[in-house]
Amino acid sequence: MTFPLQDLLTILPELIVIGTACLILALDPILEATKKDVLAWLTLGALAMCIGLTSSQMTGRVSAFSGMVVIDAYAAFWKLLLYIVTGLTVLLSLAYLKAERLSIGEYYGFILLALAGMMVMVSGADLLTIYLGTELMSLSLYVMAGLKRTEARSLEASAKYFVLGAFSSGVLLYGISLLFGLAGSTGLSAIAAAITAHGTGDPLLSLALVLLAVGFGFKMAVVPFHMWTPDVYQGAPTSVTAFMAVASKAASFGAFLRVFVEGLGAASADWSVLFTVVCLATLALGNLVAIVQTNIKRMLAYSSIAHAGYALIGVVVAGGHSGEGASTGFASVLLYIAIYSFMTLGAFALVGMLRKEGQESDQIEDYAGLAKREPLAAFFMLVFLVSLAGIPPTAGFIGKFYIFMAAVNGGMTWLAIVAVIFAAISAFYYLRIVMVMYMREAEGSIATHSRLETSPALSLVLACALAGVVLLGLFPNGLWSLASQAAPLLK
Amino acid sequence: MIPLSAYVAVSAVLFATGLLGVLIRRNFIIVLMSVEIMLNAATINLVAFSHYLEAMQGQIVALFIIAIAAGEAAIGLAIIIVVFRGKISTNVDEMNLLKW
Repeated sequence: MTFPLQDLLTILPELIVIGTACLILALDPILEATKKDVLAWLTLGALAMCIGLTSSQMTGRVSAFSGMVVIDAYAAFWKLLLYIVTGLTVLLSLAYLKAERLSIGEYYGFILLALAGMMVMVSGADLLTIYLGTELMSLSLYVMAGLKRTEARSLEASAKYFVLGAFSSGVLLYGISLLFGLAGSTGLSAIAAAITAHGTGDPLLSLALVLLAVGFGFKMAVVPFHMWTPDVYQGAPTSVTAFMAVASKAASFGAFLRVFVEGLGAASADWSVLFTVVCLATLALGNLVAIVQTNIKRMLAYSSIAHAGYALIGVVVAGGHSGEGASTGFASVLLYIAIYSFMTLGAFALVGMLRKEGQESDQIEDYAGLAKREPLAAFFMLVFLVSLAGIPPTAGFIGKFYIFMAAVNGGMTWLAIVAVIFAAISAFYYLRIVMVMYMREAEGSIATHSRLETSPALSLVLACALAGVVLLGLFPNGLWSLASQAAPLLK
Repeated sequence: MIPLSAYVAVSAVLFATGLLGVLIRRNFIIVLMSVEIMLNAATINLVAFSHYLEAMQGQIVALFIIAIAAGEAAIGLAIIIVVFRGKISTNVDEMNLLKW
């Protein structure tokens, strides 16, 4: 069988990303250790090309490779978001790898391979392609989590991530095999047709649904499948943590929504009940456990769990509706994840670059008196934390506002009220750091205080993240119309 | 002729074995083997369904899974070696620098 050239052109962004990754892996050994920065610029160049190509694929729906891959506004939305966060991660890594004295060229190759996996995940229209994309992303991330090979914590994070990630892939795959038994195909549209024909009463379908939910639940880090998140986020190099917290979560949400809407949309009454429980557990556990953390990377990990819970509200609401209500529910999820990406990336960038004695200072008490030592860094952190807490006029407020609006319009006011209560609780642990930065005096001698290691690349990352948080908070209409245009429709 | 239910039963038993192995056994390498058993359970399912439904796609997916499982094992073993060199135990319970 041959495939037409047209199919290859539709996946040109993926080909560019994989091609650049291979080029980087080939160039790495012949480049001198001092010139590894070239590889980062190469990565950014590839991303810029991809942004151009994908923005021309925003309209219409093109299917390629016998329906294995589909390019539509939904896929394009996630891909553009992924390019932006990957670009910012690469810039952050430029600064971070230097500070950590890690000169690993293949790092950028792994970032691009993971990105290629994520792109396949969000544009896959077949469970096989989605599974392959998930594995490509995960296998790259397992390695990246353990890149600080001299540090036991990084290795431990890598090992734990691998065990739980491989386990979740096994569960996901078993669910896929059961769905294949039901539908005789792994294509999402064939599965949807089979479910409509047979009805949703089949116990095998319910089992497959639960197994898929568990598989994706691990990747999205929702309770009760979150236990790897704090350990891995704390142990992995911070630039990798930022990438995992933002890009891998966005891609997992993208693939998850595609599978559950396009493939299992007919069973939405069943899965929206399932995800209501998951959503409540995620909100409760993420927000409550974050309060007692003393390590800021762990706190941000629990905060990222809690944010997945807020995004799930949109999924739950949309699942209980069809037509208009469903599309605003899904659009609010897309908007939420996009906004979450900017504020989380900004916070992790600061955490990675606030250092003392050549080490990352990731204890919350290291932030004492930061406002006096580094007024600008403290102000940036303040904005990101205020946005994470969802306080206006930042973007975090807009994200929560659209999610809660969708819940109220969808007749789930009680869920919105519960979420508002948890948002109030979350303000406590975010603002506690603000209080530590602004109101507490640093202890010990000046040499042991944490300082921000500035560099042009870091300034650029922080400026972009801050611009995202502030501008999206003031003018959310553009992103909202993009998200509503891209939101999948529940039939 | 062996009925489809027999294959699905074997696959279910394999999947349960793998699941229990990951949850109960504490040695990293045995956990890795248990994950491979879970993947094989899915493969048996796919091939059996593919035969009985006369849909070739299942067997193609099975081939992909075999390739992925090999890649996953390679990366898993590499991580084990680095962890072992870093003088951390390969016992999952003794990996406790990061509290769960």
